[in-house]
Amino acid sequence: MREVPRRYRVAARREEFPGTTTLDLQPVEPSPAADFAPGRFAMLGTFAGEVPISLAGVESYPTLRHTVRAVGGASAALAELGEGEELWLRGPFGRGWPVDDLVRGPVVIVAGGLGLAPLRPLLLALEARGVALSLFYGMRRPEEMLYRQEVVGWAARFPVHLSADRADPGWSGTVGVITRPLAQAPIPAEAGVALCGPEVMMRLAARLLVERGLDPGRIYLSMERNMHCATGHCGHCQWGPWFVCRDGPVFRYAEVAPWLDLREV
Amino acid sequence: MSTGILPAERLDALIGELWAAGYTVIGPVREGGALLYDEVRGSEDLPVGLVDRQEGGRYFLEPSGDGRFFGHTVAATPWKRFLDPPRRRLWRAERRNGQLHFLVETEEEVRFAFLGVRACDLHGIRIRSAVAEAGPEPDEALLDRRRSALMVAVQCTRAGGTCFCADLGTGPAVDLPADLVLTELLEDGPHRFLAESRTEAGAKILQRLSLGPAGEVDRAAAARAVAATRRTLAERSPRLEREGLRELLYRQLESPLWDEVAGRCLSCANCTLVCPTCFCSAVEDVTDLEGARLERWHRADSCFTAEFSQIHGGPVRASTRARYRQWLVHKLAYWSDQFGEPGCVGCGRCITWCPVGIDLTEVVRDLRRREAEESGERER
Ligand SMILES: Cc1cc2nc3c(=O)[nH]c(=O)nc-3n(C[C@H](O)[C@H](O)[C@H](O)COP(=O)(O)OP(=O)(O)OC[C@H]3O[C@@H](n4cnc5c(N)ncnc54)[C@H](O)[C@@H]3O)c2cc1C
Ligand code: SF4
Ligand code: SF4
Ligand code: FES
Repeated sequence: MREVPRRYRVAARREEFPGTTTLDLQPVEPSPAADFAPGRFAMLGTFAGEVPISLAGVESYPTLRHTVRAVGGASAALAELGEGEELWLRGPFGRGWPVDDLVRGPVVIVAGGLGLAPLRPLLLALEARGVALSLFYGMRRPEEMLYRQEVVGWAARFPVHLSADRADPGWSGTVGVITRPLAQAPIPAEAGVALCGPEVMMRLAARLLVERGLDPGRIYLSMERNMHCATGHCGHCQWGPWFVCRDGPVFRYAEVAPWLDLREV
Repeated sequence: MSTGILPAERLDALIGELWAAGYTVIGPVREGGALLYDEVRGSEDLPVGLVDRQEGGRYFLEPSGDGRFFGHTVAATPWKRFLDPPRRRLWRAERRNGQLHFLVETEEEVRFAFLGVRACDLHGIRIRSAVAEAGPEPDEALLDRRRSALMVAVQCTRAGGTCFCADLGTGPAVDLPADLVLTELLEDGPHRFLAESRTEAGAKILQRLSLGPAGEVDRAAAARAVAATRRTLAERSPRLEREGLRELLYRQLESPLWDEVAGRCLSCANCTLVCPTCFCSAVEDVTDLEGARLERWHRADSCFTAEFSQIHGGPVRASTRARYRQWLVHKLAYWSDQFGEPGCVGCGRCITWCPVGIDLTEVVRDLRRREAEESGERER
């Protein structure tokens, strides 16, 4: 906490859709190698504030990719950063996806909205290791699809189920919540699962998958809580007996299921 | 290590030695109607001849009728404000020509001697330090301040009105390695302290005071004084039964009792301010008007505020019910999962300083009683 953060520069930026930007960040000064594993996150800061943002990919280390949705002051300032502009980074923090367990395959990936960002590096890592994948990706509207080009490519290589809460007649995915296709599509009972999205979505999806015979010990989900320190000292991210910043953000469903059902913990 | 007798009139010599050894001496001082911990230059700064009366939601000072320096129990605010200052700057940043420049904050080094730390508060300091030590990036600033501090503990020869250390095994006898342990004695001799050193640093201080030896009578008087406190505590025990506590709370997270407590709780955060183990803090960035300079501050925070659990869309814990439950269950159950023991040392401060007198031990007893009644009904 006493340590100052590291300087990064926006090497490239891409608007995914209005208000949501993917940034490629390059360290300004040489920094020690760090473990930016899929599912971990960093604290990204500008003079407008510092917020937790997941790692969305490491295309060529040490350049890091992050996708930011502007929802308030701090996130808007990040999403609006231009190429060449500086920001700071602390981290990486937390426990990411258990790649070693999931690589035993097959794997079902379930994303809601921005939840696809932390799942992207996992998906890429698993595909590179030959794991049989399927993706269920729900968004509010078809225009709010992240990584559109990549998603099209994925759909050509493995089953991709898209769903939008609202859509025009031209939409080829389903309309409604993502749990609907999840309930109907063929899913092997031995599959591992990675979930990230709104808490209700994760709760319903996990429950449904367990009902379909999947092992709750191999269902993983990524939680979101308010964070200040990201090192387990400020108390803000507490969720039941856990510090989400340190013990998570990725949790095993079998361990947290009862807590997901409690309100306001 | 070594033991001796410090005559009451030589307490000043001890305080003087601590200052001379380079410590900033902090001890109980009277501040209006209450005792706080603050700088102590000499024994006249101590609340001599005063005792504190503590009850749920009530605190007042009374003459003790004797010349005791430490006739009171725990002061209102805990020691944490010295080890974990409620506001401190962590670093500064400047933006020049689009570049960021960072300046690390170098902290002024202060070595504290805490004079009059009670057994429960020593445990509180230990538990708070364990939180700082945990995780991938320990809070070295706090740990440095703790490591350089000298503890002059005082054993309780009287039980406070709201405390329950015996239930948690944190007192009244000082069982942790404090540097010095004092027991204030009035019986079987003149007003004096049985002084015991338990570390090298403590032994050195005692050596410089060249104390007279402690006799059997003194040791027996000290043992009796602490035993009397233990008896008082035992008479009202158990306020907090530890057996099955964590499991009880996990079974009762949806009890209607939380709503009843929430009906009284003002969400004022007093309980978190006075608790020696409460560690929640916030990171706050302050920028100048031009947006060229930024200061990062660390400040104390409380789980009773709405912003505390804010995520996009609103606070996770919107209701007072959820916040009070978070506070109590964290202290007595989550803490055990996080750090291997409860986060309560039984000092009673949260009970005394709650404006409406909510007593966490009573909440737990009610939960236990209702659960027992309900299971009794089911069996019938
Ligand atoms: C582990 C983790 C990973 C995340 N990954 C991403 C990501 O990849 N992309 C992305 O766009 N967003 C991500 N978020 C959410 C992002 O951190 C919030 O949207 C952001 O903090 C909102 O801050 P703000 O100041 O812009 O908004 P405001 O709503 O103005 O926030 C006000 C305050 O609340 C806090 N706060 C608000 N929402 C959140 C939140 N969801 N989580 C934590 N603190 C919050 C902020 O710290 C701030 O102090 C992630 C959150 C977590 C916990
Ligand atoms: S919870 Fe109350 S009794 Fe326990 S240590 Fe904190 S202030 Fe003292
Ligand atoms: S329990 Fe008492 S002291 Fe704590 S927040 Fe509620 S009213 Fe304030
Ligand atoms: S963010 Fe501070 S404890 Fe997790």
